[in-house]
Amino acid sequence: MSVEQPTLPLNDVAPLTGGCYRGDHLLLAEMIAPNSKVLDVGCGDGDLLQLLETRGIDGRGIELSREGVNHCVAKGLAVVQGDADTDLVNYPDDAFDYVILSQTLQATRQPKAVLENLLRIGRRAIVSFPNFGYWKMRVQLLVGGHMPRTDNLPATWYDTPNIHFCTIKDFVQLCGEINVKMERAVALDLYGRPLRFNAPWWFWNMFGEQGVFLLSRGEKNE
Amino acid sequence: MVNAQSVPTPAHAEYRAQEADHPTSQVAMFAGDQPLPLDCGIDLAPFQIAYQTYGELNAGKSNAILVCHALTGDQHVANVHPVTGKPGWWVTLVGPGKPLDTDKYFVICSNVIGGCMGSTGPASTNPATGTVWGLDFPVITIPDMVRAQAMLIDRLGIDTLFSVVGGSMGGMQVLQWCVAYPQRVFSALPIACSTRHSAQNIAFHELGRQAVMADPDWRDGRYVEQGTYPHRGLGVARMAAHITYLSDAALHRKFGRRMQDRDLPTFSFDADFQVESYLRHQGSSFVERFDANSYLYLTRAMDYFDIAADHNGVLAAAFRDTRTRFCVVSFTSDWLFPTSESRATVHALNAGGARVSFAEIETDRGHDAFLLDLPEFFDIAHAFLVSAGKTRGLAAAGE
Repeated sequence: MSVEQPTLPLNDVAPLTGGCYRGDHLLLAEMIAPNSKVLDVGCGDGDLLQLLETRGIDGRGIELSREGVNHCVAKGLAVVQGDADTDLVNYPDDAFDYVILSQTLQATRQPKAVLENLLRIGRRAIVSFPNFGYWKMRVQLLVGGHMPRTDNLPATWYDTPNIHFCTIKDFVQLCGEINVKMERAVALDLYGRPLRFNAPWWFWNMFGEQGVFLLSRGEKNE
Repeated sequence: MVNAQSVPTPAHAEYRAQEADHPTSQVAMFAGDQPLPLDCGIDLAPFQIAYQTYGELNAGKSNAILVCHALTGDQHVANVHPVTGKPGWWVTLVGPGKPLDTDKYFVICSNVIGGCMGSTGPASTNPATGTVWGLDFPVITIPDMVRAQAMLIDRLGIDTLFSVVGGSMGGMQVLQWCVAYPQRVFSALPIACSTRHSAQNIAFHELGRQAVMADPDWRDGRYVEQGTYPHRGLGVARMAAHITYLSDAALHRKFGRRMQDRDLPTFSFDADFQVESYLRHQGSSFVERFDANSYLYLTRAMDYFDIAADHNGVLAAAFRDTRTRFCVVSFTSDWLFPTSESRATVHALNAGGARVSFAEIETDRGHDAFLLDLPEFFDIAHAFLVSAGKTRGLAAAGE
């Protein structure tokens, strides 16, 4: 693999057992500085926003599904029904400290444009996505000969909202292409626990069930 | 008989005249030294605002909710209507234990300026002439209505409203409140509305106004003195408007092509179809309670409404740095104020940095859905007010 793995400190990950929060949510929350202003794109039922609120973070959300928005408003969250592919262009530059795209990248029509918008609207972006290079996925396609399905991605190929799967390796390459700086990268196992962080990329790409990346704008080359 | 609309009896005319000047609700009088400056350049004075209140204002005066009524609504939001004898127009939402809980909040609803239920309007008596204002009444706007409401809120000794809530024309007032008095609105719930009236909506209003003015009984607006009433024209205006409040699906579900009290068509222009007699009923019952000239003025006020136009065409500029919490609600089958309009409002609020929620409620009942019993909508309104109340420190008192 041509991409160099950045050396990333990961000493202060919150304890991931026992709590009622999802492991990847706790990891995301830990990546965000207190008192930040955060936009969660594809916020679902608002669980992450609620977790952030308990940490004094001013959170807003965009969610495509009506049911999701209604749940969020019922929780008192500031969430707007909208589509990441079409609505992000309406947000002004630097409107947020962080923009989160949690488990949504693979459902967007234009992941590259969405990623560029994230880093225009927010000074930093946090992206998490299911890793299509995960070994179970590979086995299902290689041995079973069918499109992979997992506990976290249970939909069949013909009714899945996920249209742009990628591997951790693919995503790292995309970040290089659009000149995005990776500040932190974590691969999580099936239970949302981080894999050992000094493993080589191929290990993450094989054994990470999902990837979580903290990104910022790269230096302008030209 | 071709036209089955009932002719309003003189009793209804008397009721209307009485309510216009001496309403059966509370009235705030503003004397000559407290004029209402109107957008058309005229200072209206003296004038009065009729209003109703429900619940108790708390010691900190922090629990007041202003409800803004729609085009043909009035201040009787949660009590029996003095003219029709029917329940208030929003008893589903306002009352003890309801989303606008009158055990917890102090709910205020005023008849808008230009209305005909006790706030000064074209049906009121012009103090300068001793006769009904009619078309001598100055043309009013949504900002004028809100300015008058603000004077009423001042009179009630309330500095900041906990929430301003309303649908349709009421929603326009909610948005105007947030633009004109951002520091006085803690939270806002604009429902099924827009920051500007669309060309299609202006067209429908023009149809209604032309129907009123084409009625020979309209008499250039001086029907009161001449002892007539343009009930046919106003009835047609209401019928046309009522269609825009519904949806094809709702009409079909309710009436289909079913016939009224017969099995075969009569081959005449009687109300053979149920939907026809329903519309005729809507037209005639409206005529009994509403003033025709008031209908002209209020539709005009909606037509003129355009928040962006007052901010050099940039809607977001109107909401810049607002501290108000917003919850915008639209309905899927509303074609008068479609979801796209609410979405444009939300984009502008987001761009202005506002704390905004937006929900689209799935229903086939059209624009009128905001007046109906829709649990999903009530849940949202309730949850939004509860969470805003926690921030405002209201939860401890009421829960």
